[in-house]
Amino acid sequence: MFDTLSGKLSGVFDRLRSRGALNEADIADALREVRLALLEADVALPVVRDFINTVRERSLGAEVLESVSPGQLVIKIVNDVLIEALGGAGAVPLNLNVAAPVPILMVGLQGSGKTTTSGKIALRLFKRDRKRVLLASLDTQRPAAQLQLQQLAQQAGVASLPIIAGQTPVEIARRAMDTGRREVFDVVILDTAGRLSIDQALMDEVRAIREATSPAETLLVVDAMTGQDAVNTARAFNEAVGVTGIVMTRMDGDARGGAALSMRQITGAPIKLTGSGEKLDALEEFHPERVAGRILGMGDIVGLVERASETVDQDEAEKLARKMARGTFDLDDYAKQLKQITKMGSLSGILGMLPGIGKMKAQIEDANLDQGILKRQAAIISSMTMKERRTPDVIKASRKKRIAAGSGTSVQEVNRLLKQFDDMSTMMKRMTKLGQKGLMRQGMGALMPKQQQNRRPY
Amino acid sequence: MALGFFSRLKEGLTRSTQKLTTGITTVFTRRKLDDAALEELEELLIAADLGPAAASHIIEEFRRSKFGKDVTDEEVKQSLAEEIAAILAPVAQPLVIDRALRPHVVLVVGVNGTGKTTTIGKLALQYQQQGLRPILVAGDTFRAAAVEQLQVWGSRTGAVVVSGPPNADAAGLAYDALTRARNEGADVLLIDTAGRLHNKAALMEELAKIIRVLQKQDPTAPHSVLLVLDATTGQNAIEQVRVFSDLVAVTGLVVTKLDGSARGGIVVALAQAFGLPVHAVGVGEQAGDLRPFEAMDFARGLVGAS
Repeated sequence: MFDTLSGKLSGVFDRLRSRGALNEADIADALREVRLALLEADVALPVVRDFINTVRERSLGAEVLESVSPGQLVIKIVNDVLIEALGGAGAVPLNLNVAAPVPILMVGLQGSGKTTTSGKIALRLFKRDRKRVLLASLDTQRPAAQLQLQQLAQQAGVASLPIIAGQTPVEIARRAMDTGRREVFDVVILDTAGRLSIDQALMDEVRAIREATSPAETLLVVDAMTGQDAVNTARAFNEAVGVTGIVMTRMDGDARGGAALSMRQITGAPIKLTGSGEKLDALEEFHPERVAGRILGMGDIVGLVERASETVDQDEAEKLARKMARGTFDLDDYAKQLKQITKMGSLSGILGMLPGIGKMKAQIEDANLDQGILKRQAAIISSMTMKERRTPDVIKASRKKRIAAGSGTSVQEVNRLLKQFDDMSTMMKRMTKLGQKGLMRQGMGALMPKQQQNRRPY
Repeated sequence: MALGFFSRLKEGLTRSTQKLTTGITTVFTRRKLDDAALEELEELLIAADLGPAAASHIIEEFRRSKFGKDVTDEEVKQSLAEEIAAILAPVAQPLVIDRALRPHVVLVVGVNGTGKTTTIGKLALQYQQQGLRPILVAGDTFRAAAVEQLQVWGSRTGAVVVSGPPNADAAGLAYDALTRARNEGADVLLIDTAGRLHNKAALMEELAKIIRVLQKQDPTAPHSVLLVLDATTGQNAIEQVRVFSDLVAVTGLVVTKLDGSARGGIVVALAQAFGLPVHAVGVGEQAGDLRPFEAMDFARGLVGAS
């Protein structure tokens, strides 16, 4: 796959020895790489053009200091411009500042995740903000869509508008608002059918719904995997209904998410929330700096730590940390750690979240360092006796043969595991102070070939 | 009805090419095919989601044959369409149901929200009309009301729908459905699955399990594994196809939502990278809105050639 932008840029600037201010010729190659990286990340072409112009203006005449390379300087400028373009620092909350019941209108293409997101927002407003929420499905197009929202409402513990067959979406919207007023709800979430931005009849319908309900928020729900069409969708929905906020869904996938930038630039509306899973609590505030790193392929270290904390059993991790501090970390503990790493997903996916891993990733794939190694190592450990796991020093030739046979591996592989565990124990003694997060990172570092461990991104 | 089919397809594809067509026209009405013109043409392909790599490949071919010539708008469109059609022609293959298998097992997979259930509904109608007897399996036991959604399609098309309780084991359900289909001599078993992101190892493992379990009854099953792709998807589609193919041996693609403004150019990049057959395209929400994938029509539609 693609190398990271930082890797490419360092290549461009290796040829460049000049110091002082950057000039047009210096940055031309660099900007070509930036453009390519943005296009590969699915940022829409017109948005890329504007973006490159801004970066060019800002780079020209920028002073290259002694301490940074020209490449690092351009990367910093790109990153800064990107974060600004994505909305700058700080999350923008939902606007609920109108008289109750506050209508929130959900719009978007088919399959972008409107209904699931409606359920997630309902749960969030109910649990976190203690609001009385009414969910209403205006989707009379897709089979069982109304039933889907009703079931999500039950899961979230909020009310849903009773389904009356044969009503038009506008009628349902009016009924939802009436019910909202009569039964004193704080918020009414109106989930509409997915529609194509070029479907005039359905776009007119959503406009009518908007006029009938005057929503405080009109949220455009967009799949993070969306390609160049993001521009058309954003423009059409914005012109028809006036988008006030964007929700990016499927941020838990591995798409680079360039659509976020396109959407933000075209509509001018802030990205308010992101969806990152199928469970109802998988809704988060939008962090421009993280998404910027992701679009540029520079890794998402915060995301990695979050993923780790989501999947790693907290008690287990603390127990392991204590054991390490005491220097009693044994093979049993290592097996547990392997299991936790496996739970976090595919190894290359995890590695992809680390900055500057681009070049290494190819080498790792060449070395066949896949999930299989973790599994085999777990098998080797489970073929050991309790005594062997606690004091690996007792494992000599005949025990190794037995373990290899028991786990369906070879003596070499057993040796490799023991050697690795030995290295790891040494390392852990050194880094006890770093605590759990350090453990996670070093645990993975220990799986990589030695000479690559201390490589820096640039 | 046949006429309605055709005009609707044409309408859908026309819409999806409007933007690109306008772009090409303005670039090429009266111009020499020079570097600047080629670059603009490349950008237009990128804007259709072909991706930088596939776009530059096509433009390089173009440069070799047409560089420096005075070309009309129509010539550019025509030869660009031919270039793209040459890439797509090998993958334009319909899904052929083997009537001898009874049932031909079709597993339908994909990320969330691409249109798996809708595609199954449409396929069921097609098979009914061809005189085949399909059985549908509501294998998405996770998403709220997914089972009910497929049941509605069952009643629209008259096909039997096998379903289990919410959160039931999809593999067990598929196994039971296969037993039933074999006993009843059904021609096609269409298995719906829950949408899953390809980077979620545990969920992908679930799919592998469905296949393992099916193979206990029929070692050749599933006979087809369809990956449903949303035409609005950008470059991530390449990763989707790669991972799904690695883990569940995808045998063909269905590209949905081609009636929108998305041009589905990623199909060209996918054809170059994987060469997997594209069996059909979805151009609407109605049962009849599934069309065979025609390379030249798609290519001409993509560049707006008349």
